[in-house]
Amino acid sequence: MASSPEETKVETLEALADTIVPGPRRGPRDRAVAGVSRTGGAVAAGALDLLRWDATGVSGSLDDYARSLNEHAGGYAAEHGIAVDEDTPAFVALPYDDRAALVRQLTAPGHPEKALWVLLVLFCYMAYDSAAHLHTADAIRAGHPGLTAMGITRPDDDGLWRFPSWSYGRPLADPHPDTTASGSPR
Amino acid sequence: MNDVERTDVLVIGSGFGGAIPAYHLAAGGARVVVLERGPWLDTAEYEHDFKLGSSYTRIFDFTVGDGMSVLGGNCVGGGSVVYFAAMPRAPRFVFERRGSVKRRMWPAAISRDTLEPWYDRVAESISITQQGWEDVSYAGGLWAAACRHSGRSANPVPAAVDTSACVNCNWMMAGCRFDAKQSLLVNYLPAAIAHGAEVRPLHEVQSITRTPDGGYRVHYKIVHGEDYRLTEGEGRIEAKVVVLAAGAAATPVILQRSERELGAMPYAVGRYFSGNGERLNTAVLNEDRVREVLGLERGDGLAYAANQIGKGPTVANWDRLDGSLPEYTRYSLEQLYFPPGLGTILALADGPEPTWFGPAKKEMLERWQSWLIIFQMIEDDNEGVFGPPPERGNADRVSQQMLGVGRLSYKPTATTQAAWAMADAECKEILERDGLATVTPWTNDLVGAYTVHPLASCRIGDDPYTSALDDRHELRGHPGIFVTDGSAVPGALTVNPAMTISALAERAVPAIVAAARERGVEVEYGAPAPDGSTAGRRAAAPLAAALLRG
Ligand SMILES: Cc1cc2nc3c(=O)[nH]c(=O)nc-3n(C[C@H](O)[C@H](O)[C@H](O)COP(=O)(O)OP(=O)(O)OC[C@H]3O[C@@H](n4cnc5c(N)ncnc54)[C@H](O)[C@@H]3O)c2cc1C
Repeated sequence: MASSPEETKVETLEALADTIVPGPRRGPRDRAVAGVSRTGGAVAAGALDLLRWDATGVSGSLDDYARSLNEHAGGYAAEHGIAVDEDTPAFVALPYDDRAALVRQLTAPGHPEKALWVLLVLFCYMAYDSAAHLHTADAIRAGHPGLTAMGITRPDDDGLWRFPSWSYGRPLADPHPDTTASGSPR
Repeated sequence: MNDVERTDVLVIGSGFGGAIPAYHLAAGGARVVVLERGPWLDTAEYEHDFKLGSSYTRIFDFTVGDGMSVLGGNCVGGGSVVYFAAMPRAPRFVFERRGSVKRRMWPAAISRDTLEPWYDRVAESISITQQGWEDVSYAGGLWAAACRHSGRSANPVPAAVDTSACVNCNWMMAGCRFDAKQSLLVNYLPAAIAHGAEVRPLHEVQSITRTPDGGYRVHYKIVHGEDYRLTEGEGRIEAKVVVLAAGAAATPVILQRSERELGAMPYAVGRYFSGNGERLNTAVLNEDRVREVLGLERGDGLAYAANQIGKGPTVANWDRLDGSLPEYTRYSLEQLYFPPGLGTILALADGPEPTWFGPAKKEMLERWQSWLIIFQMIEDDNEGVFGPPPERGNADRVSQQMLGVGRLSYKPTATTQAAWAMADAECKEILERDGLATVTPWTNDLVGAYTVHPLASCRIGDDPYTSALDDRHELRGHPGIFVTDGSAVPGALTVNPAMTISALAERAVPAIVAAARERGVEVEYGAPAPDGSTAGRRAAAPLAAALLRG
């Protein structure tokens, strides 16, 4: 069944975010997420929420991004003889490894659109590794998949981190023999 | 049109290069105005939060270039507010470097010996702690132990951190909430303000023109307090002397934009940029091997798993800072912390095809607490060049804050690449020994190389073809304009640069005072340290007298 332009855009961008940090399918009809990882990835982390926020500077270009990504994917499919379902946005129709190969092409040094694609994937990635659309403490409390997977600890009650233990507390090497009185190299 | 504001000295930028002259000139009696493009935050406004719009993005700048991206401060206090506060002095051989010009790059007047009294003045003004092993973070201790295990030395790094107030939260890049970091907001800047200097945040300087009486007119735009893509008006100020200290990623851009009105710039303006030879490696530690091979235990059942804990860099390996080694083979290897958001995307997951994204990278992120980041500072080849300036500031701003696209192009030469490869190999040698870790460098393919230490884009020197400034930091052909920030440093330093930038700024002050006096400003040289200490002033007095005479 053909999808609306909005659905096409969302699926395409989700498929991109899922290529950067993959996650599990959300249900049997989920085409955007390729399902190559069992724990929540960039989509579950809220990549679309971050991309849609105007603070990023990419929110106004998402239609163009999705259209262009599908054009590139159509070209990629044709070039590699991959048959894609007409009803599915071309990028979404690609298997994970081909999505990844296309992302590598678009972000490789020398690609004329590299800067644009790097910007977009940067935010997809940041949704996972830093939840840049959420207050960090709230995100951790809510079990944000990226911050949780990375093992980032919870802050104190006032939202600030403090570590009462930080050091092995003993000499672990000899300093360079030429160190000066100020602690600098000679 | 004749109600243009006037001052004696106009300082552009409030980082190390701006705050230090601003203090001395104000204390000496000059009227000083400091224009700073970023906001002015109080300690209570520094947040532990990665959300866009928190202090982390308000005070930080990430300028993407072609082959090199630059990170820096964007606030009153400049880089000193976001930096990691490692404050070593540069090794002696650095001042003898020949670099790409094949003859000594530094002015004859400057060596480690002649700079030493100026380093001392900085050390008296910014409280620098010689960290002991009890201050060293788990990450630093791990690096030290790995260095020793491979027959190397390792040094706790001197840092502008009050270790008694530090809680090891590793949020230094968002500003220090605990006033432990000794940023310029606790020394030079308040002292400058106490002597009457005015600091104006959210004032972004665009260009400089000349006045009929030989002074300068500085043109600025007022930046919106939240969305830095927007401006809210503009203005200008006339000054007898201009001190340009917008940082090495911004200073040359202001001069390039001013060229049409001011006249030709020296060839070296916007050329010879160095990223201080910076490059990062990520080690993912095998916790069992850390315990078995290095005998490390945190006391809570963990061997390491402490990437999140600490205060940036605490331990460095300086074995290769040896002047008898050939140029381009000398570097330091410093343990570092880089937070998520900017600090993990470029890390490469190991494998037949190392990759920064996808399933393998996700697995690597799951071991994030066992990461150890090693920071190399090699001797690069000053290969950075700035293209024609953007419409405003030094970048086309993409995001509301932080992210912009600049005009710097950096194509590492074979020499630079060989030095990086050598340092990469040594990191691997140290950390992969006995199965301790898997080490990969950060990719340069995504946003190019990456530096938090921009240098040399408007440098001092004796040769007018390869240096934009004379050895007193005055811009060649444009008397009364001085450049005192990282762009004045001739080349890579093999250690963190803020101490050397600051010493050079201290050293530049007497000549700026002399230039102001020549233009009728009643100003004296000779202020003590911001807290009133005078030992550094006494020791530097003979050198200052010579610089005052010119
Ligand atoms: C994350 C991080 C960690 C670091 N850690 C260390 C460390 O541990 N040790 C060390 O030695 N160094 C460190 N550095 C580097 C250090 O911060 C810089 O070398 C130093 O701040 C450079 O000083 P500067 O005076 O050249 O410029 P800056 O300190 O960058 O100051 C320049 C100022 O000018 C302002 N400005 C720019 N353009 C304009 C304009 N058009 N108009 C008005 N104002 C403008 C900027 O907003 C900024 O405030 C670190 C840097 C970063 C980013």
